[in-house]
Order: sequence, then structure tokens, then C-alpha cells
Amino acid sequence: MSGLRILVPVKRVIDYATKPRVNRAQTAIETTGVKHSMNPFDELSIEEAVRLRERKSTPIAEILAFTAGPAKSQDMLRNAMALGADRSIHVVVDEKSPELEPLGVAKLLKKVVEEQKSDLVILGKQSIDDDAGQTGQMLAGLLNWSQATQASKVEIKGDMVTVTKEVDGGVETVRAKLPMVITTDLRLNEPRYASLPNLMKAKKKPMEKKTLEDYGLDVAPRLKTVKVTEPPPRKGGVKVEDVDGMIGKLKELGAL
Amino acid sequence: MFSVARRSVLRQARAQLRLSQPVTVPQYSALSRLLSTLAVLEQKDGKLSNSSLVAISAGTKLGGSITAFVAGSGAKSIADEAAKVKGIEKIVYVENGSYDKGLPESYAPLLVENIKKGGYTHILAGHSAFGKNLMPRAAALLDSQMISDIIGIESEDTFVRPIYAGNAILTVQSSDSTKFITIRGTAFPAPEVEGGSAAVEEGVDPKADSPTEWVSEDLAKSDRPDLGSADKVVSGGRGLKSKEEFDRLMLPLADALGAAIGASRAAVDSGFADNSLQVGQTGKNVAPQLYLCAGISGAIQHLAGMKDSKVIAAINKDADAPIFQVADVGLVGDLFEKVPELTEKLKAQ
Repeated sequence: MSGLRILVPVKRVIDYATKPRVNRAQTAIETTGVKHSMNPFDELSIEEAVRLRERKSTPIAEILAFTAGPAKSQDMLRNAMALGADRSIHVVVDEKSPELEPLGVAKLLKKVVEEQKSDLVILGKQSIDDDAGQTGQMLAGLLNWSQATQASKVEIKGDMVTVTKEVDGGVETVRAKLPMVITTDLRLNEPRYASLPNLMKAKKKPMEKKTLEDYGLDVAPRLKTVKVTEPPPRKGGVKVEDVDGMIGKLKELGAL
Repeated sequence: MFSVARRSVLRQARAQLRLSQPVTVPQYSALSRLLSTLAVLEQKDGKLSNSSLVAISAGTKLGGSITAFVAGSGAKSIADEAAKVKGIEKIVYVENGSYDKGLPESYAPLLVENIKKGGYTHILAGHSAFGKNLMPRAAALLDSQMISDIIGIESEDTFVRPIYAGNAILTVQSSDSTKFITIRGTAFPAPEVEGGSAAVEEGVDPKADSPTEWVSEDLAKSDRPDLGSADKVVSGGRGLKSKEEFDRLMLPLADALGAAIGASRAAVDSGFADNSLQVGQTGKNVAPQLYLCAGISGAIQHLAGMKDSKVIAAINKDADAPIFQVADVGLVGDLFEKVPELTEKLKAQ
């Protein structure tokens, strides 16, 4: 192997600090005029790929950032390249067409992996908008590759990858040969900020624009949104003066 | 076959009957035969994971017949035990030690073969680390768009799930002929574990090799109730300042209440508590009778994991902390004074 070819898919989502609002028609979340940024888990993916390169224990041929989304998603790719990705591919999806579902994205990524001869795909464990947490596993299934989800530590020696995963109640370690799919957990690393010089340099890095038609895929949605609603609000509580008040109130509410 | 049946007159007729009958009563067996659920049960070290039984309660809600599935060494005896769980018609087991660790590379093909054999329309599993790892892979193999972490079932093809960290509730209708679904444990009751008498049957074993090898695990050992299913949870955040203070203040409070311990991401990141105790969008979802938290401001991501608790109580020195907007009982004060006082007074009772 002349060097690892890493594919890092990223997604543009509503910024994690923004409180989402359901639109009036109850068909979706209001996205116009709302701050968007890179899915936090995808920042970890980029960071991990860059750290693998910096560790120099395995030669890295390239880090390719990928996104599928509306025109504005290219900002995420610029950001990914400022953080260390070498080049990027943007599959432009019309803003008016329905958002791709994880299965559609996985199918698309399979094509990209085959076309780009990637041997490691690092994805976020979930996107914070849809909260599905499926794409990485689906991609691994379609490729029939090894998968390691919710990674908190990744070590690569030769073509062997050892991954520590966050599971219920603790951690679990698995080992697999490349190629494989890894999804990142928050504990994996601390993403760096893109410096201004790197942001400038990223403007010169290649970004390829493609469309879904280029990949010849049917990614029509399987799920129909019936409605999107606000969760039932909790009714206002009370503030108590002291600990006795708290115990009294909890008893009154039947919690003690 | 199912996609045709979906539009059939039979289905219409069944929908009509449903209006006047509770969905959960599978009386019209000839009609409801179309709907059959496979509930994937999780096992660990030869023991059934009780939290995975939520797939059966969700299956009951769905109507139709429920087959449970379990694989691993000792799967037969687990199946015999699980046969008593109410609501299961049949249990399919695959006795093979190579499935013990639930590695999805071999477990997904195993599941797929058994789904094909049984012709199930709905594949359900708990939204646990096991379910999250396995189900999307299996769904992709059968070209199905999975539905994650559902909290409600409206009909056989329409499901309710939280999105945006629980800030919105999405109702979706699936057009897939085989529906893969993971269930949020706190949203469905546990089934009765006595009184059932399911048939036990051996499943098909494709014996697929896993290219991934399980190496080791390190699970936090604790005598306290399990966080995901505890009646009471006490949870600490950044306000506790250090691991020593976290342990000194929160552990006795948990003991006094017989509660499980949780933590905010800030507390976990700062090393006050183990990762597995994190409550929130990216950690555990809990919905106990009482969620008592101290030193937690109440960020969106944290609220996502606990705002379905019956009663929320919060101690925080910042009167404007967002946690007070969801807390039923709020106490503004220094947690280093209030928590020990609360612990003492609870113990004295």
C-alpha cells in the first residue's frame, strides 16, 4: 500500500448551539436565516484523519473531504480543507429536493469509495439534526467492510486498525484489517480551529463539483415526513427556598 | 409480496377493523398475518439483556405476531427462559459462540438470513450500543431505510421519533417492505416476563466470518441501579469542580436515594465521571421518576437526554440557568452546601 486514502464525509447542519424551531406548517425545522456549521462529529473525523497523518506511523496518501448537500455546503468543505483535508468533492443537491436519507448517503459514499479507491472512511457517529446514527454502519454493510462505531481511540499499525469504542457501560476494543469504516465519538479528540493562513490556503485546494446523476443513483426518500411538531412543553415548576422546601415539594409530587 | 399487500383490499379491511378494535389485540389473525415482527434480543455472557425486551413491548403495540431472536453460546437456554415473556409467539435461536460479542459483520448477515426465512415485516431492537451498531448494517443489506430511536407507534408504517436533540418530534411513514426500527427504552414499558409460552425453534446460521475481531472490554462495575432503567437518577455537572468533589457529594446522595448516577458532558469531559454515565443527546437517554441534578446548567444537548423524566429537581447557584426552565423543583444555592444537607436530611428520614 503506497499510503492510506482516507475519505471523510461531512454534513452541514444547524449549529449545535441554536435552538431549532418548527415551521408553521409543521413540515420541517425552520432553516432559513439560521446559523449552520459543520456537524460536530464530522469535525472530529477530520481532526482524526489529520492526526493520523501527523503521527507519521502510517503513510497517508490523501485525505478527501466529501459532502452532499445544497450549494452552501461547500463552506463545510472549505473548512475541512483548512483543517487539513487535501481536496474535496461536493455533490450538489438542490435545496428544494428532499434531503438525502442515511441509506441514500451510504449508497453514494459506496460509489465514492470505489471511485476514489479509499481504504478508510471516518464519519461522525450521528448528525445532530436527524440524530439517526446510521450512515457509517450502512456504508460498511454495503461495502462488506469492517466497522467500528463510536470510536474514542484509533491506532493504525500497517494495515491493522485497533479501535476503542464507547459502548453501554464502558468501552470495548476491536481490531480489524483495512479497509474499514470508523465512526467518531465525542471523546476521540479535540478538534483544532482553522487558522487564517490555512483558511486562505484552503481556497486554493481543489473542490470537485458533482451531481447525483453523475453517480447514477436512485436515492428517492423511503420515509415520508408526516409532520414535525414541538415536543410537549414541561409545565413551569417552582423554586423553593431551602433544602426542606425541596424535600417537601418532591414528596408532594410523589418523587420521594 | 408485502408491497403489493400494502395496497390491497385486505389491508384496507384490516385498517377498518382496527378503528373499532384496540391495535394491540391480534384477534383477526387471518388478516394480521401480514404483519409479523422480529424482536432482536440482546444477550451478554449467556444472559438475556432485559433492556432489550423493549423490542417486544413495541412489537405488542404494533400488533401482529412477534418472534424473538437470540444468538450466541447458550442461546438455546436463553430462548427457553425468554419463552416465558408475555407476547412472544415464537423464539428463534442460533447457538453459536461466534455471535457472543454481537459483531455486526457476522451478526448482520445472520439476521438477514433469518429475516428472509421468516418473512418478517418489522425488525425491532432496543436503541442500545448493540442495536445502534447492528441494525443500520442489516437494514442496508436489505435495502431498507431504518428508523432510529422511536418513541411512538402510530400505525404499522408510521412512527414517531425525536430529532434535533429532542427539540422536535418527527412523525414518519415508511414505504419499505421490511422496516428496521430501534426503540427508545424509556418510551415503552417493559413486558411481563412471566405467563408466556412461546415455541422455541432453531434458526438458520449462515456462519459468516467477521473480518473484525473482538479484543477486550472494560465495563464500569457498579452496585448502583443501571442508569438507563433506574427509577431515580442523581446527576452532577461542571459545578462540582473536581472528581473528588463529585464522588464526595454525589455518591452519598445517590446512596441515600437508591439512585443511579449520571453526569453532564462537561463533567465527563473534565474527568469527574465515567463516559458511560453521560446523560444527553450523545450519551444515555433517561426518563426516571426523579432526576435530581446539581451543578448542571441545562444545555440543549443535556436536556435531550433527561427532559422526559417525571420529576426534575435542580440545584444550581445561577438563578438564570436554563435547567430551571424545565425543573419542577428548583433550588438556587451553592451545591457544596445544599447537596450534603439534602443527603443528611434524606438519610434521616
